[in-house]
Amino acid sequence: MNKHLLSAADLTAGDITRVLDTAAHLAKVTDRAIKKVPTLRGRTVCNLFFEDSTRTRISFELAAKRLSADVINFSAKGSSVSKGESLKDTAITLEAMGVDAIVIRHGASGAPWRLAEWVEAVVVNAGDGTHEHPTQALLDLYTMRQRFPGFDGLKVAIVGDVLHSRVARSNVLALTTMGAEVTLVAPPTLLPARVETWGAAVSYDLDAVLPKQDVVMMLRVQLERQRAGFFPSLREYARLYGLDGRRLDAMADHAIVMHPGPMNRGVEIAAEVADSLERSVIADQVANGISVRMALLYLLLGGPEVVAA
Amino acid sequence: MRTLLRGGRLVDPATGHDGTADVLVDDGRVAAVGRGLDATGAEVVDCAGLVVCPGLVDLHVHLREPGREDAETIETGSRAAALGGYTAVCPMPNTDPVADNAGVVEMVAARGREVGLADLFPVGAITLGQKGEELAELGAMARSAARVDCFSDDGRPIRQARLLRLALEYARAFDAVVADHAEDASLTDGAQMHEGEVSAMLGLAGWPAAAEEMVVARDLLLAELTGGRLHLCHVSVGGAVELVRAAKARGVRVTAEAAPHHFSLTDEAARSYDPVFKVNPPLREKADVEAVRLGLADGTLDAIATDHAPHAREDKEVEWATAPPGMLGLETALAVTLTELVGDPTRGTPEPHPSGGGAPEREGSPALERGAPVVHSPSGYLDLATAVERLTAGPARCRRAPGHGGPVAPGAPANLAVFDPAVTWTVDRAKLASRARNTPFHGRELRGRVAHTLLRGAFTVRDGRAQR
Repeated sequence: MNKHLLSAADLTAGDITRVLDTAAHLAKVTDRAIKKVPTLRGRTVCNLFFEDSTRTRISFELAAKRLSADVINFSAKGSSVSKGESLKDTAITLEAMGVDAIVIRHGASGAPWRLAEWVEAVVVNAGDGTHEHPTQALLDLYTMRQRFPGFDGLKVAIVGDVLHSRVARSNVLALTTMGAEVTLVAPPTLLPARVETWGAAVSYDLDAVLPKQDVVMMLRVQLERQRAGFFPSLREYARLYGLDGRRLDAMADHAIVMHPGPMNRGVEIAAEVADSLERSVIADQVANGISVRMALLYLLLGGPEVVAA
Repeated sequence: MRTLLRGGRLVDPATGHDGTADVLVDDGRVAAVGRGLDATGAEVVDCAGLVVCPGLVDLHVHLREPGREDAETIETGSRAAALGGYTAVCPMPNTDPVADNAGVVEMVAARGREVGLADLFPVGAITLGQKGEELAELGAMARSAARVDCFSDDGRPIRQARLLRLALEYARAFDAVVADHAEDASLTDGAQMHEGEVSAMLGLAGWPAAAEEMVVARDLLLAELTGGRLHLCHVSVGGAVELVRAAKARGVRVTAEAAPHHFSLTDEAARSYDPVFKVNPPLREKADVEAVRLGLADGTLDAIATDHAPHAREDKEVEWATAPPGMLGLETALAVTLTELVGDPTRGTPEPHPSGGGAPEREGSPALERGAPVVHSPSGYLDLATAVERLTAGPARCRRAPGHGGPVAPGAPANLAVFDPAVTWTVDRAKLASRARNTPFHGRELRGRVAHTLLRGAFTVRDGRAQR
């Protein structure tokens, strides 16, 4: 594995398997009464969040703490400019404090790349702008692997605002690396330029795609996209691209529903689907996030020995 | 003071001269041109193996003074110009305050004379404050001591077709040129880079080629309608080159420029997320680079202009989306041109591309592959004389720059550049004369370097060193 985790594109199939296997191992820690191992004792992990994302921050925080790392949370909401201090100055400050790893969430695509140039610490991309969110993809793959024997030929539909979605980019990269067959479903306005080069199939018709899928991953659609004219109304969006009970019935019996959260119930996903005990693995995704992030921190920070589970 | 430039290859596009000749400079003017000139009383400068040509002319620079003297000043920018072989540069009006009145353009030109490293021909703003709302006093700037004959809201397109029409018509009274930055702003709101495969993968909002092409098409139609003189800044996409080619063929009064970064770099460079590669218009695709090269080869594009855009270090050492667009260019333009467009003289005879024809099969420019070392292509897109033309007489044709661009003939002001077309060097941003450091060519090996620059007979650069 590379020194940093910036993009899912940096991970080979071997890397991904290693992360998922390590995560499975570490998940056992979470099942114990004392949910903690001493692996990263004395190491410091900084959660540097320029955007609000309580769930991702908490997930990383718990992951680091369960490995006995010291955790500091640096919330720097707003752009570096409006705050007055530049990202570079923040990076230099954290570096001077001897931080071992920086988990960064930032509203600007590519910010983790800039950060990685300025610090010696390990950088983990926890979501950058409209670009990538590689740990989300890894926890999604982990969740799929709990339900399916492997990725080869696994049919995954990613539905919604692919254009602005960091979850979609990282998932397409990781899933295609693992041999899954990805189909992107969205209105044409929410698909990126030359999406045909992504190695995924593309469809504008959710109903045509649904019955063939093993996994249906719904993306959050943001209200401001409607205001920016990408689609005429939330109602029309829900009608064409929302996953409701009727569409759930059209899915294969074994197929699962995923969502990176937070959900817009009634828009891209109906409440009855989100809460479906048989189909929805949304709560599993959240739980698995901790194990996968533990595995990543463990592997990137080079835990001294294999965890005794 | 007499100076004899002896034994160089004199390339003078204005006269068509290309061959060995001495150039005798006396009292700031060219005194004689020819072989075996008498050196009596003159300091002899050996130019064997070097090219002697008119001083380079840059239609498009940002010197940041007044307003952002922390990024560049007229002094540091003029020094960068001289080191790049330039004797004349045209500073754009997007200063603070904006050069939309006689006072600012006169101040800029006067400060340039005071510095004395290059002649400045300021570009005046078309609209007050470059706001795109009402015409600035073009007449006052034209009749000022700065004698402005080129107007632009560069950096901002003229959104309203009617306003551009009026500017093109009104400027006719002064035989002035209206230079437009072609960008349909409604298509580029929030855009960070060229729209394509790379922008999609990088999650950066795209600037589609059509946003440039449609404004170029509009501008050409308005030039045709008004009979005004239109100049197109930094043409970057193949479709725009094609539109200009067609317009020229039907006699529209249009000239156009291309920037070195648009014929040497592609959007692949953005993968680093280093905003040193952020520029407007953005770095495009390989096919666009090829089209710009062919446009320069057949004369569709008249001039190479740097769009030299210095930015303070702290303004570029930020996230991509936060950084302002712009790149340095003055100190690298000649070398990038020679490296990317002109065949390597040590690798056989350059074969200029026949104008108007289809592109012959050739090796792609290895430098287009990011990070790849520059391997000199044996055949070029332009021969050396044509490349020199696009840097000297070509730009001097686009607007008035009296005394610049040649001819190198007795009586003409001795504004000259002397360069070694074969020497290779590696760009080091720390060694640039510009106050800023945002060159996209840092670490690149380039071929061709300026030895001497003379402004009215006085060395502004000698042996590669600025003289003040």
